[in-house]
Amino acid sequence: MRELSTLINAFVDAGGDKSILENKNIAHLVASGHKLLSMKSVEGLEIDARETADGISAKVTVREGIQIENPVHLCFGMLHKEGTQKITRHVKLEMNSSAHFIAHCIFPKAEKVRHVMDAEVEIGENAEMRYAETHYHGLYGGIEVVPKSVVKIGRNGRYFSEFTLTDGRVGTLDVDYAVDAGENAVTEMTAKVFGHKNDDIAITEKVTLAGENARGLIKTRVALEDDAIAEVTGITEGNAAGTRGHVDCMEIVRDRAVAKAIPIVNVTHPLAKVTHEAAIGSVDKRQLETLMAHGLTPEEAVDVIVRGVLR
Amino acid sequence: MTLLELKDITYVVKGKPILSGLSCSIAAGEVHALLGTNGTGKSTLAYLVMGCEGYRPTSGNLVFEGRGINDLKIHERAQLGITMAWQEPVRFEGVSVRDYLALKSREADTAHYLEMVGLSPDLYLTRMVDKCLSGGERKRIELASVLALHPKLAILDESDSGIDMLSTQDIIHVINRFKQNSAAVLLITHREEIALIADRASQLCRGGIVCSGSPRDVAEYYKSRKCLVCVGEVCDA
Repeated sequence: MRELSTLINAFVDAGGDKSILENKNIAHLVASGHKLLSMKSVEGLEIDARETADGISAKVTVREGIQIENPVHLCFGMLHKEGTQKITRHVKLEMNSSAHFIAHCIFPKAEKVRHVMDAEVEIGENAEMRYAETHYHGLYGGIEVVPKSVVKIGRNGRYFSEFTLTDGRVGTLDVDYAVDAGENAVTEMTAKVFGHKNDDIAITEKVTLAGENARGLIKTRVALEDDAIAEVTGITEGNAAGTRGHVDCMEIVRDRAVAKAIPIVNVTHPLAKVTHEAAIGSVDKRQLETLMAHGLTPEEAVDVIVRGVLR
Repeated sequence: MTLLELKDITYVVKGKPILSGLSCSIAAGEVHALLGTNGTGKSTLAYLVMGCEGYRPTSGNLVFEGRGINDLKIHERAQLGITMAWQEPVRFEGVSVRDYLALKSREADTAHYLEMVGLSPDLYLTRMVDKCLSGGERKRIELASVLALHPKLAILDESDSGIDMLSTQDIIHVINRFKQNSAAVLLITHREEIALIADRASQLCRGGIVCSGSPRDVAEYYKSRKCLVCVGEVCDA
């Protein structure tokens, strides 16, 4: 129980609200390393999780027609300086259901930690899933994070995800998300990362607009300083009539940081349309001057711009 | 009392003079309209006074409250009380209107500045200062943010122009607010009816002031379009 309270304290330090874990109406799953510390299902949403040799395997099912009122909290992390945590997750939203997941991934002392997440997500017909994942990796940069996710959205389904890693160090990050959108499905994937020192960031997000009139947006915001590097690949395929996709990548670089953006647009149907925009550069001069004309110092102005982009 | 004095300002870019020996002064609390057609150097003059990057007089002196400001950076000039509403204000992703108005404002509640520019705080405070705003909305918010700063000198660079134009009454209302706050305004405009609300006016042509005096006289001169058609000739008031 001591480990649970320590992780919860770290969770609170990272901005979380520990009362949610005591609320019987809020589903949650808390794991530190390969230890399952706390788990709660609610009516219509079942969490089935077990410990494995190096992590946690979890299955989450939202039953047909059920709308989960409160966000489901998933709290993963590791309090030790070294170790591996591998999370395998299968999430299924049955037809006409909806749920909002908030995942907290906390590694406050990481010096030599590897965190692997393999997720499979199935979103049924007319179902909607919102998924927000926020990471905190501490100040040492000694972590390798490899989140992989494969999402399949059924007809009229909706999937919205947001990955945020803007406080503390990143370490090494290798995000690989792929979404397959069926007929009339909608997906929006947003990633926001702030790299410092020698952080190494790779983000690959792919949306396949497979069904007619499916729509997808990939939005990435990366800020880099010191010697951080980032490579962002946004791939959208329009493979059916009426599909609409957009890839929007913005990277702000300072100091010796290096950023690369690779938007890939692939259209195989004449009635599909996919667009992209990518902007990489230092802080916009006109934005900077506008804020300085309001009396902000150059440092304050850069902070407002970068924080805004990552908001 | 003179607030801003431009003393014999010349500004040359790649051998081409943009401003040539320009002298002008603005008193504390004075609204000074600057008229001129496209390319006459109005915005250049605004950037020089504000201290934008790359805009330093080739010769001449900018003096604010008796102090030379040629070498001061933008934020240092802003801290003295100079600020500016750009002709085409930039957008800021992830910055709310509420936060934007509060930048360096002395007041905790800046919502009423939105009302002064004809925007409802209920509808706009939580919106972002990003590309979802129309050009007119963005200009109004820029004016509100400048009002909230309580500057000694506000440079309004064609705040009345644009696709989604502010109405004449709106801009007059905003300028009156500056007057109530005892702020001086350098009002850059193409519209003579706007210039008429100023205390004084000047017309810029080919990098120099060719006519200066009462707004009505300068507006009449401007309307005569002598300077618009001065092909190869130097305007002479």
